[in-house]
Amino acid sequence: MPDRTDGASIRVESLTKTFREGTAPAVDAIDLDVRSGEFMTLLGPSGSGKTTTLNMVAGFEEVTSGRILLDGDDIARLPPYRRNLGMVFQSYALFPHMTAAENIAFPLRQRKVSKAEIARRVHETLDLVQLGGHGDRLPSQLSGGQQQRVALARAVVFSPRALLLDEPLGALDKKLRETLQLQIARLHSELGITFVFVTHDQEEALALSDRIAVFRDGRIEQVGTPFELYEAPVSRFVATFLGDSNIFAGTVRDGLLDTGGATLHCQGPDGRGALVVRPERMTLHGDDRDRPAGANQLGAEVTDVVYQGAFRRVLVRFDDGTPGLVRDSSSDVSVAVGDRVRVSWPAATGVVVPDDAAADSSDATVGDGVAA
Amino acid sequence: MAVTTTEVQAPRTPPDPHAGPLPRTRRLTGPLVLLAVPALLTVLIFFVVPALRLLWLSFTTPEPGLGNYAAIATDEVTHTVVLRTLGMAAVVTVACVLVAYPYAYLMTIATPRWRTVLLAIVLIPFWTSLMARTFAWVVLLQDNGVVNQILAAVGVGQVRLLGTGAGVTLAMAQVMLPFVVLPVYATMRGIDRRLVAAALSLGARPSVAFARVYLPLSFPGVAAGATLVMVMSLGFYVTPSLVGSPQQSMLAQFISVQVNQLVNFGAAGALAVTLLVVTLVLLAGVQVLTRTRGARGNGLGSGMTGGAA
Repeated sequence: MPDRTDGASIRVESLTKTFREGTAPAVDAIDLDVRSGEFMTLLGPSGSGKTTTLNMVAGFEEVTSGRILLDGDDIARLPPYRRNLGMVFQSYALFPHMTAAENIAFPLRQRKVSKAEIARRVHETLDLVQLGGHGDRLPSQLSGGQQQRVALARAVVFSPRALLLDEPLGALDKKLRETLQLQIARLHSELGITFVFVTHDQEEALALSDRIAVFRDGRIEQVGTPFELYEAPVSRFVATFLGDSNIFAGTVRDGLLDTGGATLHCQGPDGRGALVVRPERMTLHGDDRDRPAGANQLGAEVTDVVYQGAFRRVLVRFDDGTPGLVRDSSSDVSVAVGDRVRVSWPAATGVVVPDDAAADSSDATVGDGVAA
Repeated sequence: MAVTTTEVQAPRTPPDPHAGPLPRTRRLTGPLVLLAVPALLTVLIFFVVPALRLLWLSFTTPEPGLGNYAAIATDEVTHTVVLRTLGMAAVVTVACVLVAYPYAYLMTIATPRWRTVLLAIVLIPFWTSLMARTFAWVVLLQDNGVVNQILAAVGVGQVRLLGTGAGVTLAMAQVMLPFVVLPVYATMRGIDRRLVAAALSLGARPSVAFARVYLPLSFPGVAAGATLVMVMSLGFYVTPSLVGSPQQSMLAQFISVQVNQLVNFGAAGALAVTLLVVTLVLLAGVQVLTRTRGARGNGLGSGMTGGAA
């Protein structure tokens, strides 16, 4: 196994990347603090600047302005081969003319490690990624999942103080992705080094990360633990990008949100705002007789029901016209398309974010919920 | 029409990392064989039959036996010509590779517009008649020609080029250049640039990343191009006979003299067979080389050399 080292802290200060002069920057003066040993995920839709940021940290992309501090030392102008950071690519980037063992030995050879030591560490690292006995295979003789494990082994065998991963699971199917997620999580806890992980898959981000930085249009929208991001998103964008949300836009006054067709309890500042309520916090009621007290409640019409085993996704249209989604795990209430129902949730549930409808990330809005 | 095939070709899909290799080949059965008939007939009538006849003549004319081959083995002039031909072909090949490799690399990193320009610069001479280009070289290589004027301008002084090996090498290298540029460029285009990035991230200096990763992966293209040039140079006739001199004759010219001036078909046949054997030995050597690791995972090398035979 590669030696256990302390992870490096990575601090990014007003980092900017402009690809062509006069165009909008791909990365716009971002600040980010990755703590030693942390698993930090850069999450965002494609084109949001997360990969460009990672490439600047790795040294593949020149920095337009700003600083990248690795344990306090500015590495922004160092060539990639002197940064001593591990890197895993979505395309694996294994050398096709070298065996798995030779691929893993490559970074050690660059560091003039002795032959015996190379053999020992390659062997141990192959075992670490559960590929013992596959060392003499060429990449073309390995499956996609195996290739990515070789790539992981190659990126950590020289005990780098941080590992950068650029959508490493993007090319794999769902089942394999989940297995490799576990492996990556295990590697992180066993090696103790800092991981910076780029993905556009919010489930992956929630499952793996200590903290997540949500990217949008070259800026960081919010940084926080998965719990913070899910329970207290700061914007409609974050709310819709991570998980499903019901969003009621309107005007807040004295803890009441007027959507123009309904009045809802909420906790937020007066003015324009949008109330975000997660689908699993809502409860379905079959008819108007069953009215819970101390809760928000709205009449709605069922527009679609998707049975998913442990729960149902019930798509509704609330009486004020807002489309919504309820995740219902009780089977007491039978619902069918066209039924009238009541939906309730505790008044203290949900957060108010600025009402910026343009910020809904298109691939995670409620309307698309059925396909997800 | 009743076409029966035993295998159904899989639809072309983007490569799927965990799918097994797609069945790309099908057995040649039934009516499919007909597709190859025109080509096979052409080769048979216009190449195989004359080649076998020449082989036959080399053993039977002027009298049956190995006389022609014994003459080649003992004749010093023939030795000189064969060695000169091999040497010249080798120099031309090395020159072509040295010029073509950086050029092809430049093509892979240039913007699409510049790539088109660079490709045109290679291809326009390629599409020009060989005779026209060779006569152009005769003009350029004159004692007071453009090449000598340039040499004089940089202070080298006048060098005799026309009728010398140097002149022939220069002209032949220019003629052969596209045959290296194109396969090397094709191979380089297939190399994932992120492999070099990966090597850098693993601590390799740019020169090491090139030597350990990029060069081995581009080697099949180099082998293909070099083999093409070597094989074509061995039998090249037009350029050596126009730019060179009879005193600096190459094997093809030597054969031509045997046929046209001495009407010695037996000796010509034996020389041609010798040329063929030398070529086949070279090809076999390249096949062995490209079958080593440098070419694994990329069938271009053996494919191209196979085509050059």
